[in-house]
Amino acid sequence: MPRVTYIQADGQSQEVNLEAGSSLMQGALDNMIDGIVAECGGSCSCATCHCYIDADWIDKVEPAEEMETDLLDCVSEPKDNSRLSCQVKVSDSLDGLVVHLPTTQF
Amino acid sequence: MAAKPRCIIIGASHAAAQLAPTLRQQGWTGSISMISNEYALPYHRPPLSKDYLAGIKTAEQILIRPAAVYSKCNVGITMGVTAAAIDRSNKQVRLEDGMALDYDKLVLTTGARVRKIDIPGVELNGVFYLRDLNHAQQIKMSTGVNKRAVIIGGGYIGLETASALCKLGMQVTVLEAMPRILQRVTAPEVAAFYARVHAEEGVEIIADVQAVSISGDKQVESVQCHDGTEYEADIVIIGVGVIPNTELAEQAGLKVDNGIVVDEYARTSDEDILAAGDCTSHYNPIYQRHLRLESVQNALDQASVAANTICGNLKPYSALPWFWSDQYDLKLQIAGLSQGYTDVVVRGDIDGSRSFAAFYMREGKLLAVDAVNRPQEFMFGKKLIMQGNELDPAQLADESLSLKALLAS
Repeated sequence: MPRVTYIQADGQSQEVNLEAGSSLMQGALDNMIDGIVAECGGSCSCATCHCYIDADWIDKVEPAEEMETDLLDCVSEPKDNSRLSCQVKVSDSLDGLVVHLPTTQF
Repeated sequence: MAAKPRCIIIGASHAAAQLAPTLRQQGWTGSISMISNEYALPYHRPPLSKDYLAGIKTAEQILIRPAAVYSKCNVGITMGVTAAAIDRSNKQVRLEDGMALDYDKLVLTTGARVRKIDIPGVELNGVFYLRDLNHAQQIKMSTGVNKRAVIIGGGYIGLETASALCKLGMQVTVLEAMPRILQRVTAPEVAAFYARVHAEEGVEIIADVQAVSISGDKQVESVQCHDGTEYEADIVIIGVGVIPNTELAEQAGLKVDNGIVVDEYARTSDEDILAAGDCTSHYNPIYQRHLRLESVQNALDQASVAANTICGNLKPYSALPWFWSDQYDLKLQIAGLSQGYTDVVVRGDIDGSRSFAAFYMREGKLLAVDAVNRPQEFMFGKKLIMQGNELDPAQLADESLSLKALLAS
């Protein structure tokens, strides 16, 4: 099970094990990690599960598709390493992944 | 030492799945018990007419949270039990088996149930409604390549179901009683767009036709309409709206008016009883009227407000309603409520393409946006509605201008 660290905007961090194949969004919900709202439940519709992939990992995750990049343009404080966590699936090759959460989803 | 306070949640819905963990996050140390008349942990309902029905997601994959979260939060869940009454003077919930449970705080997240139609033949095998996992499971077992499905009702549920069954290789006909599909919720232009795409995908949509009977010998065989037409069917799915589950509240003497009336803190007319989700009616400050919404956004947001209220953090609920609908390769995102619009501005090619946005205007201001495969129009549309400024229709329609440019800084 890949281990993922979620770091809040205030620096607090939580390390959790996720099932391979599950999304970073589901992993956050399943572990009651604050900061991921995920109104649409993971259907790439609402952009309330925005996160930043740590710079050391950004090249290792699959790139975003067009719908996601369009939504990412509209989140508050988008950055080059912005992703919607519902669209990033974890795998064993992402063991150790570090994800940063934004100050707000709205 | 005083006993720990008890919170009972009736209905294992989207709202309940949001409420229970939020209570813990907000510091509720008392007990939490969820009572459900279903036999499943809270699940996402939208996929029932979409990915679940089309076989893309399993029942396990549509759970809102896994079982471990409820045990971690120490939430007791009683399944397959119906709450029969609320005794407000003794602060007890009576279950149908006669058991009585004490509460300090009670939350009604009872949702809504399907509106049934009363025509001959609805009791035949192969005739379904679609609201619960149980319904979707039954429908799924009756699907099959080249089988014929007749869907009664051309609203979002009916059309999403048509899309999912079409993906499974079924021959699908949708019967709509109103002059056009999506009559209640969209502009004629948007309805025409959906009618075109369904036709392109091979789904037959017939508007202005009323199903008057369903016939067959035990198993459904056909649907008869008021104009004498008849449609053969292996299965029939009825999707003609929902009714809020307000009976418990009503019998307990709580204020009910097209939904359980709640204030901006999700409190009913009894301050120890709260309610959230489809079963409620609340005053929305953006649209300045009472709303009963059938949406995930409302269920989640109102449940969070309710959890905060119970924990003593009064945070008023004021959110822009939003909805979505997935059909074929169309991702529709709806921001706001279009009721009362006077003009529609279309951005993009609504007649030939599968990507456009329709802006619903009143007195120069934006009320709502229907965005099909246009996430940016949806996201910036939300912001434009909230800003409430007058907008130039020509600019909204001009694809060379980003909507971002129209936002007041």
